[in-house]
Amino acid sequence: MSVPAELNYTSEHEWVAISDGVATVGITAFAAEALGDIVYVEPPETGTTVAVGETCGEVESTKSVSDLYSPVNGEVVDVNQAAVDNPEVIGTDPYGQGWLFKVEVTEEPSELLSPEQYTQLTEGEG
Amino acid sequence: MTAPDQGSALRTTPLHAVHQRAGATLVDFAGWEMPLRYGGERGEHTAVRETAGLFDLSHMGEIHVTGPQAADMLDYALVGHLSKVTPGRARYTMITAADGGVLDDLIVYRLGDEEYLVVANAANAETVLAALSERAAGFGALVEDRSPDYALIAVQGPAAAAILAPLTDADLSGIKYYAGYSHHVAGHPALLARTGYTGEDGFEIFLTPGSAAPAVWEALLESGEPHGLVPAGLSARDTLRLEAGMPLYGNELDAQTTPFEANLGRVVKLDKPGDFVGREALQRVADDGPRRRLVGLVSRGRRPLRKGNTVLLDGAPVGAVTSGAPSPTLGKPVAMAYIDSGADPGAGEAAVDVRGRAEAVDVVDLPFYRRER
Repeated sequence: MSVPAELNYTSEHEWVAISDGVATVGITAFAAEALGDIVYVEPPETGTTVAVGETCGEVESTKSVSDLYSPVNGEVVDVNQAAVDNPEVIGTDPYGQGWLFKVEVTEEPSELLSPEQYTQLTEGEG
Repeated sequence: MTAPDQGSALRTTPLHAVHQRAGATLVDFAGWEMPLRYGGERGEHTAVRETAGLFDLSHMGEIHVTGPQAADMLDYALVGHLSKVTPGRARYTMITAADGGVLDDLIVYRLGDEEYLVVANAANAETVLAALSERAAGFGALVEDRSPDYALIAVQGPAAAAILAPLTDADLSGIKYYAGYSHHVAGHPALLARTGYTGEDGFEIFLTPGSAAPAVWEALLESGEPHGLVPAGLSARDTLRLEAGMPLYGNELDAQTTPFEANLGRVVKLDKPGDFVGREALQRVADDGPRRRLVGLVSRGRRPLRKGNTVLLDGAPVGAVTSGAPSPTLGKPVAMAYIDSGADPGAGEAAVDVRGRAEAVDVVDLPFYRRER
């Protein structure tokens, strides 16, 4: 299962890339594979204030609903409308065109997982 | 998210190793480790609608009822009129408790004058076996659980007959819907039946002994390859039956529900002679009308409707969703739901409360999908 080395991760199976104070967030390939075909996604709306540990949206597959969590504190500044319109892209390209939302970070996250830590986590669950 | 339970107590079918080699996602289904999907469930769903899909249904329960009074016993034990079924034909029927609540929905094949095969859902197989055994008291009929002897493979879809034909001595054009006869498939003895749970043409292949299943499975995959046959899991099976408006026990049917509520009053043969378990209670429901009815919902939005969501009419609760999923064929979220018999969906705005937000829906007659014949 692909776990890109340049990203950080959460135990909720999301990835985050922080650049110039903006965090880009998506779900991992492990999560996408476990969910099956993704049929609906609802990221938080632009302008929403999000906080670590709080649900801020949802991803749905044929069989299940999963909550989205923000890995950082801040304000949502962009949402991937292409993924909302065609959710299958989240499964086919979770780290690229399948990104979900961007957050202007007000507080640096402290508990993100390294690629190695996340790989260990998925091996434990897989 | 949590990973699937890897509990070791799950039962497996003769095709378990085949599924593992195919890379299937296996899940606990009624105590059996079964394929949820092999690749993407939507691709599997579409293959069944357009070409064909191959299903392992070996978790289903097979109960033999034999003896000079087998027919009379089933007339008493089930809501259907099984003594009227001719050998080689099958019926969709139900077994209810004395209060009319559904214990399971069944397909019953008449194998011979004094021999029937009762096919039960995996989750209810023990309940059905116990009820039939109890109800057989005083009849010259023997009830036997034969589930361990059987494997069951279904090939479903418009290409099913073309895929099966080169592998069998049966004249498939002579097998009508809801008929089943003893034949050979890929050289193995099989009860070959034209039945299914997908809304498509298709066949169910009952194999005894079940150890023949891997060879038959591989032969079907090979024969089906030029047609686009793919193995399909329980996830696709669920969306296929939902589109076809077919009930699933545990969702649309349970011990608190009568067949009439599920729009399946036609399976209750109140005009058959003699008493049967549930007759008095079911006659009352037939006379008074059911207190709720099963309807179809098609969402105007994109958010999937799910089991347990509340159905609203002009904002007031009138029922609950029993099954819901995005329909691959319609391209919209659909659901089946029970609504109060007194509620008139034509008289207001219908919606479904999906975790706190009302999604506008249209109430429609079932099924959502009907194949062209």
